[in-house]
Amino acid sequence: MVVDVVLKPEISDPQGQAVLGALGRLGHDGVRSVRQGKHFVLEVVGTPDEAELKQIAETLLANPVIEDVELHLPSE
Amino acid sequence: MRIGVITFPGSLDDVDAARAVRLAGGEPVALWHADHDLKDVDAVVLPGGFSYGDYLRAGAIAARAPLMQDVVDRARQGLPVLGICNGFQVLCEAGLLPGALTRNSHLHFRNRDQALRVERDDTAWTDSYDAGQRIVIPVKNGEGRYVGSPQELDRLEGEGRVVVRYVEGNPNGSLRDIAGVTSENGRVVGLMPHPEHAVEDLTGPSTDGLGFFTSVLKAAVSA
Repeated sequence: MVVDVVLKPEISDPQGQAVLGALGRLGHDGVRSVRQGKHFVLEVVGTPDEAELKQIAETLLANPVIEDVELHLPSE
Repeated sequence: MRIGVITFPGSLDDVDAARAVRLAGGEPVALWHADHDLKDVDAVVLPGGFSYGDYLRAGAIAARAPLMQDVVDRARQGLPVLGICNGFQVLCEAGLLPGALTRNSHLHFRNRDQALRVERDDTAWTDSYDAGQRIVIPVKNGEGRYVGSPQELDRLEGEGRVVVRYVEGNPNGSLRDIAGVTSENGRVVGLMPHPEHAVEDLTGPSTDGLGFFTSVLKAAVSA
C-alpha cells in the first residue's frame, strides 16, 4: 500500500514555500505553488486488510489535525 | 510529593526538569518510556528534546510509547501532566491537548530568552502566577509553530484554554501568539518555552520558570 500525507490546504507550508522560492531563483517562474508531503510504502503479509491499513494511515502516519491522507491500495 | 519525569529515546531536558522539580521542593522520579509503571507519582513532566529523532512528526512516535498509554488514562482521571517543548508535541500527538506543532514559519531553529504573558493562573501548573503576569524563560525549537483551524482556535480562546502567549515577538509563527494550552480540566498543560531552564539565577535568564513546578505541588495536594 502507498500512503501520501500532505498538509491540509489551510495549514501553511513554509518548507514548500522555500522550495518555491528556490525554483523562482532558478528561473522556473511557471510554478505557482509547492506543497511538500510524505510518501509511505507499506508491504504487508498476506491479503491487505483495507480497514486496518486505513486505520494505520489515519492514526499514525498522518496527524488528522493538520494533515490529509491519500491511500493507494494494491488493487487500484 | 513525587513528580515523575519521563525519559524517551532522544529526550534532552529530563535532567533539567528533574532538577527544577527538586528546587521547587518536590521529589523527582525517573520514569522510562518503555515501562508500564508510573511508580505512584503525583504528577508527570514530559521533557524537551528530540524523542525518536523527531521521525515521522515531532512527538508522534513517543506519543505511542507504552508508558504514554498509562499517562493518557491517568491524565483523563485528573493526574497533572506538563509537556515542555517536545513534551508538548507528544501531548498533542497523544490527543491530550488540542492543536499541533509544525515547522517554524521562518524555518530556522530559534533559541532565545522569550517574554510570555500568563493567561491562566488557575491550572495545575500555573497557580503560582497571576493572570497577566509577564515572565521571561528560554525558548528553543525548530517545530514550535502552534496551529489549528480558525474555528478550533476560536473555541479554545473562548474556553480560556490558552495558558501562555508570546509577547514582544513571536519566535516561531504560532497562530494567535499561542505558546501553551491546557486541557478542559486545567490539569494537563503543554508549552513550547522551557520553564525548567529558568529556575536558578546562575544558569537562567530569570527564575520565572520555577512557578510551574511549585504550582503542581499545591495542585497535587489538593487532588
